[in-house]
Amino acid sequence: MSAERPVRAPGRWAVLAALALLAVVMLSPFLIVTLNAFKSPAEYSSGGPLSLPKGLYLDGIIDFWNRVDFGEKLWNSLLISGAVAIGAVVLSVLNAYALGIGRVRGRLWILVLFLVANTLPQESLVYPLYYLSKQVGLYDSKLAVILIFTVIQAAFGTYLLSSVLGQFPREILEAASIDGAGKWRALSRIVVPISRPTLSVLLIFFFIWTWNEFFLPLIFLISNDNQTVPVALGVLQGEKMMDATMSSASALLGIVPAVAFFLIFQRTLTRGVTVGAIK
Amino acid sequence: MAPSPVRPRGRGGYWLFLIPSFVLFTVVIVVPFVMNVATSFTRWSGVGTPTWIGLDNYTKLFKDERFWTSFEHNAALIVAMAVVPTVIGLVLSAALFDYIGKKFGSRTASALRAAYYLPQVLPVAVAGVVWNWMLHPSYGAVNAIFGTKVNWLGDPDLALATVMAIMVWFQLGYPVVIFMAGLQRADPALHEAAEIDGASWWRRFWHITIPQIRPEIFVVLLTCTIAALKVFGPIFVLTRGGPGNATMVPSYFSYLNFFEKANVGYGSAIATVLALIIVVVTFLFLRVQERDS
Repeated sequence: MSAERPVRAPGRWAVLAALALLAVVMLSPFLIVTLNAFKSPAEYSSGGPLSLPKGLYLDGIIDFWNRVDFGEKLWNSLLISGAVAIGAVVLSVLNAYALGIGRVRGRLWILVLFLVANTLPQESLVYPLYYLSKQVGLYDSKLAVILIFTVIQAAFGTYLLSSVLGQFPREILEAASIDGAGKWRALSRIVVPISRPTLSVLLIFFFIWTWNEFFLPLIFLISNDNQTVPVALGVLQGEKMMDATMSSASALLGIVPAVAFFLIFQRTLTRGVTVGAIK
Repeated sequence: MAPSPVRPRGRGGYWLFLIPSFVLFTVVIVVPFVMNVATSFTRWSGVGTPTWIGLDNYTKLFKDERFWTSFEHNAALIVAMAVVPTVIGLVLSAALFDYIGKKFGSRTASALRAAYYLPQVLPVAVAGVVWNWMLHPSYGAVNAIFGTKVNWLGDPDLALATVMAIMVWFQLGYPVVIFMAGLQRADPALHEAAEIDGASWWRRFWHITIPQIRPEIFVVLLTCTIAALKVFGPIFVLTRGGPGNATMVPSYFSYLNFFEKANVGYGSAIATVLALIIVVVTFLFLRVQERDS
């Protein structure tokens, strides 16, 4: 095809322009929210949502931060997501050690069970969990949410890590066993250090997935001082006190940590995003 | 499963490592799931003793128009969250990978990819907060941009389409990133040979690119379909299933019955049906994928 060879300069710029336009559309909500979070209500009502802010008006953000005690929400989210990430990685490693390296009997069925557990909708667990946690006095506590998500995330982690550890070099383990190392020692001194890159990817994924969760935290964390960032924002929006600029300030406060994690963990994430795809 | 013939000394006893998970799984997943199924055969308000009513909840469910409507909306959301992002994602990733990447450098391609991916990093509830604000009927930015006065989420004829559009925005980056990773794995020799043979970009896309990343397409379709079946956060934040039932989905419908109407038995039946559908869909997908490879 002769038309293909000569460089069709207008054509290639048109493709780039179309793709760039799409990028602008995708990013525009972020830009518009940021723009308006720094406006005063008066500025907003006179200039509308698309005008540039005349100065850096921070009162909307500060007001919202203080009213909902946003620092506390951040801390709750950090605590829950961090605890879940660590707990779920530990559980996943223990399970995957037994399934992938120990090759215990019936491991295929155990793996299927974990896979099913991972795909079950939380709706089909929520009411009994709610009921049981009330019975044992864990309702409206961060601990209940931590326990539940540790198990849910570990279901996925086990599934993934078992296949990774299934390919663990046997010679190393056999050498260790000849040297008299027991199973615990082999796990803590050999398997964990060697699989550290995979484990750190899992840790980050568990952290972010838990941070982003909404349904169970919404039901379990009803008191203000237990709420996570997404729950607080999701419940508050539409309230009377929320005018246009304060709403955009609240949206911005939800966006910033998520984008920060993305930037911090970007390298690990792009390496692992195909790993996460199995979820 | 045949026991492996070679069992070095000290290979037994690994099952001890499964004990913590076994206990926690039983408490957090197995028992609640069984309780949920059991509750679905009862009438129960959440307090007192449940009354056994057999299959009544299910017969009522299959006659309940809201239930069927909620599944129709689920189908619409599968289109918005799985089908449309996969199709657009295929075109975008191929365009970025072997057009922009080659003619403008891989930096331009990754910058564009990052822009498409950014909505994906948001908690879905926060994405809902953002769009609720953007689409606000009186002060929202969308109406200001287009000079319209539309109540995007409050008009029963528009609400579902609006939610679908938001979900396309939210999901699009995921297939783009996965497919681009898949294309990096694919063998470029085939492409170059076809290009030399004079195959057009579209022909190469259809006959070479797509078959090469089939596994990725499967994974994206499966995970996004499951996500669409489970969708709750955006509906809660954007519309609460309304106006009327215009955006009702099964997960929100069960939530309503559990926590607002105190129809726990009925809610459990909805949740059980939803769980069944999701498990069946997962196994069908995995079957097809197995046969395919």
